[in-house]
Formats: sequence, structure tokens, C-alpha cells
Amino acid sequence: MPIREDVLVVGGGIAGAASAISAARTGASVRLVTHKKSTLRHASGLIDVLGFLPGSDDPIVYPYSALSDLPDEHPYSVVGENAVREGLDLFDDIAGDAYRGGHTGKNALVATHGGTVKPTARYPKGAAEGLASTNRDTLLVGFRSLPDFDASVACEHLAAAGAPFAVDGVQVDFPGDFRADAKVTRYAKALDRNETVSAFGKERPAREALAEAVRPHLDGAERVGFPALLGDAHADEVRSDLSSELGAAVYEIPMGPPSLPGLRLEDLLFDALDEAGVRISSGNPVVDYTPVEGEHRVKSVTVDRNNQRVPLHADEFVLATGGLVGKGITSDRESVSEPVFDLYVPHPEDRYDWWDQQAFGDHAFAAFGVVPDEELRPTDADGEVEFDNLRAAGGVVGGADFAAEKSGSGVSLATGYLAGRTAGEAI
Amino acid sequence: MSDSAEVLVIGGGSTGTGIARDLAMRGLDVTLVEKGNLTHGTTGRMHGLLHSGGRYAVSDQASATECIEENRVLRDIAAHCVEMTGGLFVQRPEDDDEYFQEKLEGCRECGIPAEVLSGEEAREMEPYLAKDVKRAIRVPDGAIDPFRLCVANAASAEEHGARIETHAEVIDVLVEDGEVVGLEVKHDSGPGKREHHTPGETEKLYADYVVNASGAWAGQIGDMAGVDVAVRPSKGVMTIMNTRQVDTVVNRCRPKGDADIIVPHETAAILGTTDEEVEDPDEYPEEQWEVDMMIDTLSELVPILQEARTIRSFWGVRPLYEPPGTGTTDPTDITRDFFLLDHEDRDDLPGMTSIVGGKFTTYRMMAEKISDHVCEKFGITAECRTADEPLPGSDDFSILRDYMDEFGLRSPIGRRSVQRLGSRADEVLKTGEPNPVICECEAVTRAEFADAVEGSGSDLNAARIRTRASMGNCQGGFCAHRMANELAPKYEAEVVRTALDELYQERWKGQRHALWGDQLSQAMLNYALHATTMNRDRDPARTGASVDFSAFDGGPTEPGEAGADASAAATDGGSLREDESRQEGR
Repeated sequence: MPIREDVLVVGGGIAGAASAISAARTGASVRLVTHKKSTLRHASGLIDVLGFLPGSDDPIVYPYSALSDLPDEHPYSVVGENAVREGLDLFDDIAGDAYRGGHTGKNALVATHGGTVKPTARYPKGAAEGLASTNRDTLLVGFRSLPDFDASVACEHLAAAGAPFAVDGVQVDFPGDFRADAKVTRYAKALDRNETVSAFGKERPAREALAEAVRPHLDGAERVGFPALLGDAHADEVRSDLSSELGAAVYEIPMGPPSLPGLRLEDLLFDALDEAGVRISSGNPVVDYTPVEGEHRVKSVTVDRNNQRVPLHADEFVLATGGLVGKGITSDRESVSEPVFDLYVPHPEDRYDWWDQQAFGDHAFAAFGVVPDEELRPTDADGEVEFDNLRAAGGVVGGADFAAEKSGSGVSLATGYLAGRTAGEAI
Repeated sequence: MSDSAEVLVIGGGSTGTGIARDLAMRGLDVTLVEKGNLTHGTTGRMHGLLHSGGRYAVSDQASATECIEENRVLRDIAAHCVEMTGGLFVQRPEDDDEYFQEKLEGCRECGIPAEVLSGEEAREMEPYLAKDVKRAIRVPDGAIDPFRLCVANAASAEEHGARIETHAEVIDVLVEDGEVVGLEVKHDSGPGKREHHTPGETEKLYADYVVNASGAWAGQIGDMAGVDVAVRPSKGVMTIMNTRQVDTVVNRCRPKGDADIIVPHETAAILGTTDEEVEDPDEYPEEQWEVDMMIDTLSELVPILQEARTIRSFWGVRPLYEPPGTGTTDPTDITRDFFLLDHEDRDDLPGMTSIVGGKFTTYRMMAEKISDHVCEKFGITAECRTADEPLPGSDDFSILRDYMDEFGLRSPIGRRSVQRLGSRADEVLKTGEPNPVICECEAVTRAEFADAVEGSGSDLNAARIRTRASMGNCQGGFCAHRMANELAPKYEAEVVRTALDELYQERWKGQRHALWGDQLSQAMLNYALHATTMNRDRDPARTGASVDFSAFDGGPTEPGEAGADASAAATDGGSLREDESRQEGR
């Protein structure tokens, strides 16, 4: 018997999860198909909605009111302000107590591990004490064995960015005998389990030892920022213990890959999928589809299971396979394409026009993706809907440079919410 | 400020550093000036082939003979820069049998060991060779790291008392009473090691003799001295693949042509090249068709190149020269021989000699001949020792394998560091401090990187070429900021930031020519990490945007209470929150 659902979502990132949950909430039966680990392990775990308008260097305080300044082809313009708000509401509901920022329509400013600041709409609870938009004397702590973050560089950089508080930085050795190239996940585990480590000539629990390494440098700081490795499953407890030991608020600075806040967000999303009753098939890629004969509809998608091609049937489909990073959009020397449905992806004909001369210039590739109608159904080169029962969400949708705008998660949530809901309602 | 040396050498490429080392070893007081990093010009922009001489065995036997001779010397004195991969001249069905035979005989006439392999035998050696490859000639080609080689030459010159000034551009040749007496240079920062944000200065350097070894730029130096040095710069493209599709140098066995060589290099393979005359060695077009041609043409030899991942492309300019009046129109026909232009004999301008033309593989021999010429001027009879004395790092290369476990580094990190550092591994890696990996793609650790920074100031590109950090698949996406962090605390944050920007842009420059498929995906990831996660693109410290910090969200609770239970109510604001935020939005 073939697998059959009301709604089938392809992709396991923020957009896929938001689509699946929002579809499930309409009462539809939903399956989510995901191939590899999502790109969330690369992501900071922050939920950015809109930090900068295209071409502007001024950080946005009120993201919702800036939406109307975006170009027409921007995904936010396509789905409208309400969908953006509903998408964020969906996120707040999923995240519950794990995230902050839902109490206001303003952006917060978060200090990055590069030492600068950026506007974001939602931040993990563990990062909340570190907002650069609050005014408290700060100590940044880096670990000598972790070359991604240097506290002295970051603190001088924050000052140069105009941070309105005193900030100091110190590099310490992570207490205990770890390999020189241990991963952040190894340190997180040691703190999670509060492993006994040997430091300063005696054995003691890791959290206590870490606090002791930092204490001499406190110098009256009201808060202490660490790179995001303060535990995984027991992160709240680790932070709270360190905070009591140090007598100062403790927070995490979002980091690059492998990003614990990103991985924790992934766990959060998958728990919410379970709770919503979404079935999950993971580990195999969707490689093709079968149309309904004589109609502009998708009949099934094809999963490649160890070279065996298995069809998955549904009435409605959501494509949330990501952009260039997630390989929802692919390219060769000649052109750019969407690999599952071969959807239309506009791009300059000459690949030397895909990029800008400057590393942080205005890159055409950053906005590569499918072109949706107002219901998020991908359209062809003439603007005609390709399939009546296929919607796109997240990075696979083109028209926005999320990296420059700091809008990636917001676009995923808004489009995911709307694609999932309309798919569910179409049943 | 002024300083005086006996000899001033212009150019920090293989020839210039080779001359500086040779002269310094013979006891002369030498200063070398280079406008960029070491290898900034042609040396850093080649495919790193250590010629067996096979390439010239038909067209230019004198060069071929020199190549095999120097090939043997460099294996010996620069062991830590050389990988003896071996090479193949591969014949496809459409390639000429007669030429194949000429190549084979030519190799033998020049003393180049050459052996004929059947198509099957060749594919046994290199499984990705095209199925219809007819046969091949096996020769002792190799791969050589030009960066490591130049740095080692410069280090040796310094050990013998030379002064090496990088980022010191010649802005004038000083001529007094019809004689060259020195140079005026502009230091980017310093003098001394480069340090960003340290104001540069100009300096007049006087010397008894000037050697112009600036390669494709020799004409520009000639202009400053009022003499005509007619170099004909010729550009060639090189495309870097992310893995070694071949472990042997693969050449196409046909008379001449573009896109006919693949050189395996460390973790990558380099495809080359074209040969096209350009007007200006600094400004020439870098075009898409050139990259496409590399892939399309070389796929005839190794078909999987068509689908493989390219990580960047770069262009180099050859300093071709031919004596006036030869009138060759096709740059591929211009001799690869070198010419020593004594401007006293040629232009009645004593005090300076230019060296033009030549090949990387025979750089040491060229340096020897130039140094002989200079020594003759000074009446110095000291013998050249550069063919016998190993370069720093290659002193006792045989003992290195034992270091593998010693540094607490896993394979392949330990192995690769030790290979790069050669006999210097011990002094560099044994710091007694934690030694985390800075660049995972190329297995570069903090200790190795710190050693490079020691030699290159705040210039991350100079540290890059010494270590290979940021030269792998991610092209700096995962490691450029780590490399920058290693400059602290020696350099302040502003220097760190500027050095990072410069490195990141340099990495971007070559990647632009490889932006499709997996590398475009990587580029987007890099962009996301650096722009989104770090906000480096709209960083107020760079853009100068003045940020009203207090206008932004300060958190749901009073400071110090986030995480407490009280905050849960604040996140569950229902319709009240909605109204509030809408109001704030107005």
C-alpha cells in the first residue's frame, strides 16, 4: 500500500517545520520528509525577521513597520504583514519559554561572536542576558582552545561598534584535560554532565571549575558572556549554576558551526512536530515527482531509498528544501535550477553576473529561488502557476537576500506558516 | 631615512629571493624589496610544476636539459617544498604518433628518464584517465610549492644577513651622474614587518648595484631608470579543483596548446593554462571562457573534471622576453630562456642589470648566473653554494616521519604540518601551549600559524601563503575569522578587523570564477556565516552607522531576571502584546 497523506512537506528546516505544524493545525494529516541534517547546525539559533533594508546600513528597530519598504518581489511583500506576524506567533507558540523577544515588536541587538552587533527579533533564553541593547558592564570570556572567538578582539570591536556599556575580555583555559582540538559539543557535554575535571591542582565539578577560572577576572561585571557551549540538554541548569557561582548574570554568545543554539532549535522544532502529530521520514532525498495526468497537479514525489525509488502520495505538497546552502536550489556552469520539480528559477544568463566584485556586495545569487504567487505556488517564466497543489516555503523561495537583510528565519516562518495553512485548508 | 646596501634586489619572487640568498651566501650585503608579499607577482600565480624538462624536450632542448638538472637539485635542497608525483605525457587517439616519438627521443637526448606506458598501464596508474587514451610517456615531473620555496629562500637570505622588505614598492630608480645609485621605495607600513594602520613612509635606499628581478614588471622599473626593457607579459589561467583527480602530473602529448596540464598539489589539482599577451601586467581581463576552456579541454584527458568541484581560478603573467627584432607574434613561440640585460653594456647606464624571461624550475640556476655577474662587478670570487646547501626546513628531512605522534596532533594534521614545516617542525610545533586547529581543510594549527604571523606581521595573506590556511574547500568561510583572531593580542582589534577584511576579499576574488554547483553553495554558506551570523557586512564599526542602542528591545524582564519564572508571563502576552507591538510599529 502506498504512503499517502493529506499534506506532504519536503524539507526539515524552520520552513518545513512551520509548514508541517501549520498544516497539521488545520486538521490535515501531514508527513514531513527530510534528507540530511538541516542547515540549522550552521545557523546561530537567532530568529531574525528584518534587520536591514536592502542598501541601508541602519539597523531596523521596528521590523514590521519596515516591511512596506521592501520591493514587490520580496517574499514578505508576497505574503503580507499578517502572515509575517502569524508566522512569528507560530514560532512563539512552538518555542514557549525557550526564546525571548515575543513581548515586543522591536528588534533586539545581539552581540555576535565576531564582536559586532546585529538586530534580531527572537533570541534564545540563554542569550537574553547578553543583549547589547541593555546597559550593563560586561565581561566576555573566550577559551584558548576555541579559535572561533577571541574575547579581547570581540570586546574592543564592541566598543568600536558603539556599545554603551563597559566591556572587558579575557581568554582562559577551559578547565580539565581536553584535546587541543576538542569540539564545542565536547565542552557542552562536560558541563551538561558536570563531569569531574582536574584544574588548579584539584578535582572538582566542571561548572565549579569553570567559574573559578573566570572569577578572578570579574572585576565587578554584572554579566558574563561565554561562547555558546554552556551545556546542551541541561543548558538552563549550567547557566544558572555558573550565574550563582559568579554572582553575575551568565549568557551565551551565538556562534558559527557546529552551533549548539542551532541544534537546540532543531530539537525544539522536531519536538513540536511530534506534538502536532506530524509523521517524519528522514534520511532519504526526494529526487523526482509524478504529475496527475492531464492536470497541473502533483500526484506524488519520489524518494530515493538506497537506489530504490519510492513514491509518496499526497493531495497537497509543500517544497521547503532550502536555498543554495540546503541544495533546494542547484546550479551548474550554465544555469540555476530547482532539482525536484525543475521549477523556474530566474537568474542572469551569464554566470559572471551572478555575483558582485566585493565579498559583501550585492550578489544576485543570494536571492536565487522560485517565484511564488500570493498563495506561494511557484510560477513559470510567464507567471503561470506550475502546479495547483504545490507551494514553496523558506530558502527555496527567491527574491530576498536574507544574509544582508538578516531576514532568513522570518521568511521561513512567514512562508512556512502560510504555505502549510493554505495547503491544509485546501484539503 | 636612508640605508645602504651593497646590492639591492627588486622582486620577491623565486628569482629575486634566489638571487638574494645566493649573494648573501657569498658574503654580500643585500637588501631585497618587493611591492607586495613574497611571491606576489608571477611566482605565486603559477601551477607549481617542477618540470622534468619533458615539456621542452622537442621545442627547446637546452631548456629541457637545464630543467632536469635543476629538478634534481631542488629535490635535494628543497625537499620540504617538493612532491615527486611523477608525470605523464598522454596521447589521445587524435594526437600525432610522430610527435609522440619525437617527445620520447627528445627526453632521452636531454637525459630525462622516459618510459612508454600502454593506455592500460597509464590507466592503472591514473584510473580517471579517459578510456581511449592511447599511451603515455612517464617522466620525473613533480609538484613544488612556490610559496614555501620563496619563503625558505628569503629566510635563508636573512640568516646570511640580508634585509627583506615586503610591501615596499619601488617608486623611483635613483640615477646620479649617469649611474644607478639606488632606489626610492614606499613602505605600505613600516619599514619592517607589515602592520596595518601603521603609516608607511618613503625611503631612499642606496647601493653599489641594483638587480632588477621584477619579472613582468621589469619594464616599469626600466622606465624609471630611463632604459627600455621590452618584456612581453603573457597571461595564463589556472583553475583549482577541490580534490586530486590525478596523483601524477598529466600533460597532453601534443606540440602546443592551451589547457594541456593537470598538476596535483597538496589536497587539490591545478588545471592550466593559457598563453595570451597582455598590455599591463596588473590590469587584464579575467574571463569566463578561459575557465570553461580549462575544464572542457582537460576533460578530454580526465572526463570526471566535467562534473568536479572547482574552488577558484587565478591568473598569472609570464615575464616573456625576446631580444629586439625577433618579431615573434605568438607568445607560445617566445623562448622561455632568460636574458641578462646589463644596462651598462646595453644602455650606457652603469649600476643596474635586469633579468627577464626564464622559468620557475630553473630559478636557482638563473640566480646563480646573475650572482656570478654581480660578483664579477665587485671582483668577488666566492663560489655559488646554493645547489648544495639545503634551504631552511629541508636540512634533514629524513628524520621528520618520527615527529608524527610527538605533537599531540592526530593524523593527518600532524603529518601535514610536519610535511609543510620540514625540519623546522620541531621548533615550530613544540610550544607547550594548547594547539587547536585553525584551518580544518588544510590542517593548520595555531602553532604553525603563529610562526607564520611571526614572519609576516599583520598580513594574513602572507601568513596564508606560508601555511595554506584558508586555501581549502571553504576558501576561508570557516577559518578566516579564526586566522584574524590569532593576531590578537599582539595587534589591536582595528588591525585584526582590517586584516580579516583584506584576507576575506582576497579569498573571494578567486572564488568568483568558480561559482556554480558545490562552490556556489559554499559561497552562500560563507556569506550567511559572515553576513548573517557575524553581521560583518553591516557592522557599525565599519559602516560608521550610529546606532541608538537604547531604542532596541532590552529584554522582557528587568536585568538579571531573564530565565526566572516571572518572565514566562511576559512571553505569553496574547492580544495585549499584539496591540502593543503594532503601536510600537507606527
